[in-house]
Amino acid sequence: MALITAKDLCIGYDSDALIKNLNFSINSGDYLCIIGENGSGKSTLMKTLLGLRSPLSGEIIKGEGLKDNEIGYLPQQTQIQKDFPAAVREIVLSGCQGRAGLRPFYTKEEKQLAETNMERLGITHLRNRCYRELSGGQQQRVLLARALCATRKILLLDEPVSGLDPKVTQEMYDLIASLNKDGITIVMISHDIAQAVHYASHILHIGERIFYCSTNDYLMSAPGRLFVTPGKGGFKEWQKH
Amino acid sequence: MAETLITYLEYPFVRNALIVGVLISLCSSLLGVTLVLKRFSFIGDGLSHVAFGGIAIAAVMNVTNEMLIVLPVTVISAILLLRTGQNTKIKGDAAIAMISVGALAFGYLLMNIFSSSSNVSGDVCTTLFGSTSILTLSSWEVALCIVLSILVVLIFVLFYNKIFAVTFDEDFAIAAGTDANRYNLLVAVIVAVIIVLAMNLVGSLLISALVIFPALSAMRLYDNFKSVTICSAILSVICSLLGMIISILGGTPVGSTIVAVDVAAFIICYVAGRFLKGAKK
Repeated sequence: MALITAKDLCIGYDSDALIKNLNFSINSGDYLCIIGENGSGKSTLMKTLLGLRSPLSGEIIKGEGLKDNEIGYLPQQTQIQKDFPAAVREIVLSGCQGRAGLRPFYTKEEKQLAETNMERLGITHLRNRCYRELSGGQQQRVLLARALCATRKILLLDEPVSGLDPKVTQEMYDLIASLNKDGITIVMISHDIAQAVHYASHILHIGERIFYCSTNDYLMSAPGRLFVTPGKGGFKEWQKH
Repeated sequence: MAETLITYLEYPFVRNALIVGVLISLCSSLLGVTLVLKRFSFIGDGLSHVAFGGIAIAAVMNVTNEMLIVLPVTVISAILLLRTGQNTKIKGDAAIAMISVGALAFGYLLMNIFSSSSNVSGDVCTTLFGSTSILTLSSWEVALCIVLSILVVLIFVLFYNKIFAVTFDEDFAIAAGTDANRYNLLVAVIVAVIIVLAMNLVGSLLISALVIFPALSAMRLYDNFKSVTICSAILSVICSLLGMIISILGGTPVGSTIVAVDVAAFIICYVAGRFLKGAKK
């Protein structure tokens, strides 16, 4: 039984389906990269997996005892957060909200968990700093620490490196890979195909044709070769065939 | 001056006014931080105009206890505004503007057509800019205000962590299993209750000031959520007290004096914040 299985999934807005008949499953320990062009429905797919919007048809089956409040999510930054007066420690701790249920205050264990995750991501020294004053990379680490407070099993990351400089981007990829090594399943939306095939175990390619397979199969496939090897006409060329 | 003040304080109605004023400003400032951050600064304005419309209806129907009409109408509007804020065809700011202006016009129209009083413009003016009614509160109203305020503070403290999580990142909160809609609803209802209470104090045109000024002032000084919330509550209480005392001593209108003090506090905090930031660097 897979952690998350999508069965004949159709997603989109109102009645316009962006993606039709999507089938894939995410197993424990996988590192799945979702790639595709802008507007192809990557973020919508992720929001559907998270339960933020309902699918037009088909279903999402959660297995291995994965509960709704055990999913960690790293969203894209919102406008509101850019001038939000919040300390790093407050934000990381708010990741424990899902497990707290109706209990009004955080327990010692939850506070400890927040500290542990700040340590894990190397942001303990920032704990009392204001979120809006941090650099882009630091902000992503804070949100990642918060997501880790919400889950031990699976992280869904929506373009975690957008807007980061190359050095910080590399650090972020290494960090995510190390979390994956620790046993956390990763589902990530990415624009960076070179990095995606380097780190991911599976690729879900969304576009006019949908492609789901392991990274090795993807590299051998026609779209993978066209996409990854430069100078051969690329994706557009393949779609014409 | 102190003697005059003490003489005034011996009157129970002055004491009542001070108690109610402090409680209302405390409650409104607590939620102010959330509302400002969620870009709902104008909801106070919108809802108070709805409440104005409610008062007009109550006056026309000759209902003696206007709370019975005003409270439910305002609560329902608040729910409609905050719940449908995210995914509607008419966006949040436009929806607020629509309801607020509509209710204002409708209320004034009703008051004019079915007027039972000889001084319509006087009535309207007191509802819009606050009246002396804060000085004529019955003990029943004071009790109601105390109970509701305790309830608001209690709910805020109990749900503080959830309100923070939902305000900072609604999508994440939902993904992590928090029922964000429930808390949005809760905030909407509390906001509506506070606004109906606060109409006595500053009137429906100035109510936004009580909600947003303390929050904005506190944000100049502090940069974490807890400190901002606490600071905004304290600032709000001090400003209201000061405003009411000035208005008692100087004979100025209560509502606008309080708001003037709030504005002054904001300017002071703004300058102080600039200095603090400069000192840090």
